[in-house]
Amino acid sequence: MLEVSGLDAAYGRARILFDVSFEAHAGQVAVLLGRNGAGKSTTLKCIIGLVRPRSGEIRFDGRPIQHLQPYQIARLGVGYVPEDRRIFTDLTVMENLEIGRQPPREGAPRWTPAKLFELFPNLGRMQDRLGARMSGGEQQMLTIARTLMGNPRAILLDEPSEGLAPVIVEQMARTIRELKAQGLTVLLCEQNLHFARLVADRAYVIEKGQLRRSGTLDEVREEYQQV
Amino acid sequence: MGSVPFFFMSASSILIQFLNGLASASSLFLVAAGLSLIFGVTRIVNFAHGSLFMLGMYLAVALAPMLGFWWSVPLAALAVAAFGALVEATLLRRLYAAPELLQLLATFALVLVIKDFTLWAWGPEDLLGPRAPGMDGAVRIAGLRYPEYDLFLIGFGPLVLGALWFLLRRTRWGTLVRAATQDREMAGALGVNQRWLFTSVFALGALLAGLGGAVQIPREPATLFIDLQIISDAFVVVVVGGLGSIPGAFLAALLIAEIKSFCIGLGYSKITLVVEFIVMAVVLVIRPWGLLGRMPAQSRGPGTVELPLAFPTRKALAALGGMAMMLALVPLLSAGYTLVLLTDILVFALFAVSLHFIMGPGGLHSFGHAAYFGLGAYGAGLLLLKGGLPMELALALAPLLAVCGALVFGWFCVRLSGVYLAMLTLAFAQITWSVMFQWDAFTGGSNGLIGIWPSSWLSSKTAYYYLTLATCVGAIALLWRVLHAPFGYALRAGRDSPLRADAIGIDVRAQQWAAFVFAGLFAGLAGALFAFSKGSISPEALAVPRSVDGLVMVLLGGIQTLTGPVWGAALLTWLQDAVSRGIDYWRAVMGAIVLVLVLVFPQGVTGFLRERFAR
Ligand SMILES: Nc1ncnc2c1ncn2[C@@H]1O[C@H](COP(=O)(O)OP(=O)(O)OP(=O)(O)O)[C@@H](O)[C@H]1O
Ligand SMILES: [Mg+2]
Repeated sequence: MLEVSGLDAAYGRARILFDVSFEAHAGQVAVLLGRNGAGKSTTLKCIIGLVRPRSGEIRFDGRPIQHLQPYQIARLGVGYVPEDRRIFTDLTVMENLEIGRQPPREGAPRWTPAKLFELFPNLGRMQDRLGARMSGGEQQMLTIARTLMGNPRAILLDEPSEGLAPVIVEQMARTIRELKAQGLTVLLCEQNLHFARLVADRAYVIEKGQLRRSGTLDEVREEYQQV
Repeated sequence: MGSVPFFFMSASSILIQFLNGLASASSLFLVAAGLSLIFGVTRIVNFAHGSLFMLGMYLAVALAPMLGFWWSVPLAALAVAAFGALVEATLLRRLYAAPELLQLLATFALVLVIKDFTLWAWGPEDLLGPRAPGMDGAVRIAGLRYPEYDLFLIGFGPLVLGALWFLLRRTRWGTLVRAATQDREMAGALGVNQRWLFTSVFALGALLAGLGGAVQIPREPATLFIDLQIISDAFVVVVVGGLGSIPGAFLAALLIAEIKSFCIGLGYSKITLVVEFIVMAVVLVIRPWGLLGRMPAQSRGPGTVELPLAFPTRKALAALGGMAMMLALVPLLSAGYTLVLLTDILVFALFAVSLHFIMGPGGLHSFGHAAYFGLGAYGAGLLLLKGGLPMELALALAPLLAVCGALVFGWFCVRLSGVYLAMLTLAFAQITWSVMFQWDAFTGGSNGLIGIWPSSWLSSKTAYYYLTLATCVGAIALLWRVLHAPFGYALRAGRDSPLRADAIGIDVRAQQWAAFVFAGLFAGLAGALFAFSKGSISPEALAVPRSVDGLVMVLLGGIQTLTGPVWGAALLTWLQDAVSRGIDYWRAVMGAIVLVLVLVFPQGVTGFLRERFAR
């Protein structure tokens, strides 16, 4: 579904990613595990087009997308949830959802605000609240909901568990499993092994911009704990 | 009309002045709203917004005889919108990732191009517009006659405000615009096509400007001056109201227009500008981001780090000294025209170096440096002719007038940064220009002053050349020396990291204010030398094109080089001298040069060469 091969990336002269290759299979949850500064977010930004890779190829559904603009990639059905949330604080919850809205897509679950409020009941209770007036956890829900409004076929989640209370983390894991059950492909970046275990079908360990290991979560766990 | 104290105005004439203010506010609001809207989304301050207003006026005047007034207004506005979309798609789109200065320069260049286009298409004469059919009468209000059309305008502004509110708050397009205003990158990652959005926003902004111009035609003639007059008014409005806030623009437009109206009604039209300034000062002190504005969000993405300014090597110093010596020998070889040209080059080299002083190391991008040049020039002329001072004394004291200007304007400017600063410097320069242009009795108005000749011992071209050479070389050396003194280091520290500079005990504002005044002093000196070399002075000395000249010189040379401005000044002065006499539309050519520079050599020509050959 989503294949990354030989990805190299840099910010100015600082090289960040070195020949990174991995794959997220359709309908599965793939996890990129890595410590702070390993290059997880950079990898996701390359996929959505916010960072231009220096070389390498990114295929979505067999089609190379590394030369496309972010909005074009999003319109192919790739949803992106950034790590720093980046909700529109001047806009209400409903308006934030409106920004993400896109026409229904074949082969992808079809989301409406009503359906999303079932998934995130908290949001349903604050439809007209400004983004600026929401708690961190609520904002995190809103970023995911906003991205789902684009009816994506694959979703890139950048550390969605970061800064959330344990109960909410469990809830987040349930949400991700729910998305998977709906047929979505999920690529998740994580540092939190506990959270990753709740959802991962396949895991990749990334360290200093290089891919160290891949396999099931149990297979890569030791490697990750050593780095 | 004599001046009448406020309390002697009758109640009915107070009402009429109030209504006049409301009517003028509408058109001003349209322009300012468009400017704000475009800035919000694209982060570009469109200096050419007044030019779009002017186009709207001329187009409406031209279309009215064929289509009738009521059709010509919307059609002119639509034509301007289409033009705006074209400009965005072909030019501005390439600049969204460029440094702010280059974006400002590019839209500034458009001002020149559009002005010459208008001149070419409609000629230099003022064009009178038609009256509005069906609204050409007057009604009686409190016993006085008041034009019907003005009543229409009074309603028109709030109508547009309402329409904009609806568009921005109640449509998907408006929601997208507001989202992009906050974080356009994220909006893109969610599938929002920014290109289309940006083009449409620019088109709407242009439409508002064009409409603002078109609805004015029954009230005032279309002139070639109106572009800069409107843009500086609009800048004052958005600074007061808060850049990016449409209701703020409305409020500030009302405020400014009422102030103008009452000043004129009381017979104090000359002090309008002063009152405007006091209002702006009060607002800026109390609310630095305007009445309804907010502190601009830090733009995402890595900031550019300027390379340190290298101290010139011994060799380079020797080469510069050698050049000065060679310049001193020129009069032995040739006289007459070469000396006149070299005198000009020296004067403008000093002007450019003084601008570079605040722009490069100071990071204060001034779009109105000609104001100080002009103040120096007028200072020289006025001290000589009206003050009766000997020429030597007039030359020495004239720069002090520029210093006074820089003290006042600088006080405001160092409180702002980035686009606010650029807008304000342009507005100040435009105001200085209008004072010189309108004050017939003192400054000679549009004709300027004549008979500003040097004393007899300096009257030969050679003698004056030596005076200029000595003064300019000395002044430039001093400016450069200061940059490599603790003052210069502190200035750069304030530019690169104001917070940290503050933390180590540098008073960044005071530092920048001092730099502003220092640069103004030397620009004024250049102006005074210029006045005596020409024997006359006209408002052109401080008009906007002169500020553009300065910017082009600095840019040609490369903003982060030391000697660049000198080469830029030499090249441009020579070019203007060699080419301009053969070309009718020199302003447009200058505009085109700026656009090419911005698009092709963002580092400046010397920067480009250095990058090319450094490795
Ligand atoms: N905009 C940027 N400019 C320059 N360097 C950057 C930029 N963003 C990230 N980096 C650097 O790139 C490297 C990888 O960053 P990245 O954000 O991909 O890490 P990460 O794995 O997501 O870490 P974290 O878990 O802390 O989010 C880091 O060393 C970081 O300092
Ligand atoms: Mg990260």
